[in-house]
Amino acid sequence: MNWITNYVRPRINSIFSRREVPENLWRKCDECGTMLFHRELSDNLNVCNNCGHHMHISPRDRFTALFDGGVFTEVAVPEPLADPLKFKDQKKYPDRMKAAQKKAGEKEAMLVAAGEIGRTPIVAAAQDFSFMGGSMGMYVGNAIIAAAEEAVKLGRPLILFSAAGGARMQEGILSLMQMPRTTVAVQMLKEAGLPYIVVLTHPTTGGVTASYAMLGDVHISEPNALICFAGPRVIEQTIREKLPEGFQRAEYLLDHGMLDRVTPRTEMRNELITITRMLMGLPPQIVGDLPAPDGEADAANGGNDAAPAPSAKG
Amino acid sequence: MTQYLDFEKPLAEIEGKAEELRALARANEEMDVAEEAAALDAKAAQLLVDLYKDLTPWRKCQVARHPERPHCRDYIDALFTEYTPLAGDRNFADDLAVMGGLARFNDQPVVVIGHEKGSDTKARIAHNFGMARPEGYRKAIRLMEMAGRFGLPVVTLVDTAGAYPGKGAEERGQSEAIARSTEMCLKIGVPLISIIIGEGGSGGAVAFATANRVAMLEHSIYSVISPEGCASILWKDAEKMREAAEALRLTAQNLRELAVVDRVIPEPLGGAHRDADSAFSAVRAALAEMLKELSGKDAAELVKDRRQKFLAIGSKGLPA
Repeated sequence: MNWITNYVRPRINSIFSRREVPENLWRKCDECGTMLFHRELSDNLNVCNNCGHHMHISPRDRFTALFDGGVFTEVAVPEPLADPLKFKDQKKYPDRMKAAQKKAGEKEAMLVAAGEIGRTPIVAAAQDFSFMGGSMGMYVGNAIIAAAEEAVKLGRPLILFSAAGGARMQEGILSLMQMPRTTVAVQMLKEAGLPYIVVLTHPTTGGVTASYAMLGDVHISEPNALICFAGPRVIEQTIREKLPEGFQRAEYLLDHGMLDRVTPRTEMRNELITITRMLMGLPPQIVGDLPAPDGEADAANGGNDAAPAPSAKG
Repeated sequence: MTQYLDFEKPLAEIEGKAEELRALARANEEMDVAEEAAALDAKAAQLLVDLYKDLTPWRKCQVARHPERPHCRDYIDALFTEYTPLAGDRNFADDLAVMGGLARFNDQPVVVIGHEKGSDTKARIAHNFGMARPEGYRKAIRLMEMAGRFGLPVVTLVDTAGAYPGKGAEERGQSEAIARSTEMCLKIGVPLISIIIGEGGSGGAVAFATANRVAMLEHSIYSVISPEGCASILWKDAEKMREAAEALRLTAQNLRELAVVDRVIPEPLGGAHRDADSAFSAVRAALAEMLKELSGKDAAELVKDRRQKFLAIGSKGLPA
């Protein structure tokens, strides 16, 4: 009850608390437990600098790292009906949606964008596992259809990053119907002669794996990603035996012929550039500083910028 | 002897009593029970009407899974002639959970494919309870592709709890097999008609039911996940399957409202298993009509219509 406790100490405290340490400066690797400085971690695309474990990366961060100069244009996705089934479990579906939107800071579980990677025009779609488990509902279906339509319109390849626990139960049968709907989207690309490359990220399961994620021209996965139809727990309950280590992981699927490649996230961009440029019949990527825009370099650039639909070439 | 479902218990009691009375009368000639038994019969008949008038979604699930419900094999025997099963995926094995082959429907050659659950313990094990492995879907893909080349309509009969969640199935690419089967459904330039006769379980059903026309028997179900599975995930309690069945809107009637299903085929009172013959004739009539609706369309039109139909799904919701 004197001026020290009433006045001085609060002042001192307030000076210290103002220098607040920003949260999330350090993040612990889910796998090896190493404390990682946030800037180093994000520079390394959320891949642990110590053990190489691939942590979650949001579609927006992924696109910023993927597209040249971090520049991309979002492709609009037609808005589906909200809560068509009036679904209610312990919570109402619209309430769950609101909570998910607040948590993820995104409208829904998929982001579609157009832009260039290594000066190669592409359309990309990425699923957000942090948004209701990346679950495939009508919005995700619409997003994939919009992505395919945009790719066809612009004559560009589609690169899709999958990540989902499966179909969105709260949309019931309508989520299941996204399996055929997204398959139609893949067919549009195939008919237009455009490459469709799937990058399967952790985890890709259920109806998502059993539709658009397994219909690519090229399947690439990030290391150790869980990729399956039925999850390991369901299988263990069904067959009543323990599953071997690494079962349904990317390397296992590679061994069993379901994937073309397993590639670390930090090398993914280059690989995608290499593959799409070959499939699109474009000259090799120019690495390093571009020469002055004249002469031969001009011809190479012309190939990039025009990027006609390969179907036009037969 | 009918197997009763739990909600049919009162019915079982009355029908049991009537049966008992008749047995007594047979043993004892002086007894005249005709009147009493008839009264019980009438009561039972009324009770059956009441029970089935407004089945809850969960009760529909139970009827859809009734062990005596007619299965794929029964429909093929009843509706088709010259059924010639064709086996194998040409890669690994023949999956008995999926049966299929050439057959005639009203003399018209077709390819018929369906999930078979089996009707006794031995058969159920052989058919893996109608849960297909990748080989089953790859067999179906092969048959659909062939049907497309020879211009034969395809009829699929869907009755599966889902694709088999097993180690080997995953190893051999269950997801890819289902995805390719759905893709083939969308590709073939012949009429594709799908009838859900019992359970339409998730991806394992979609792989056959991505059709120009999808019909459901009145008490069959079609869902993204089983009510038990949904309950254990969203309610953290598998016993909440009644609530989950309600929320999932998995009945033929709801799915018709959502325009996911084109037609609901009426079942005899008390479900298809109580009068299989009348179920068969209802399915026969519906199938004939659907084939007629699609006849005269060329390959491109059929493919386009099918795509449009699925792209348009989702524009209709249920009223609050």
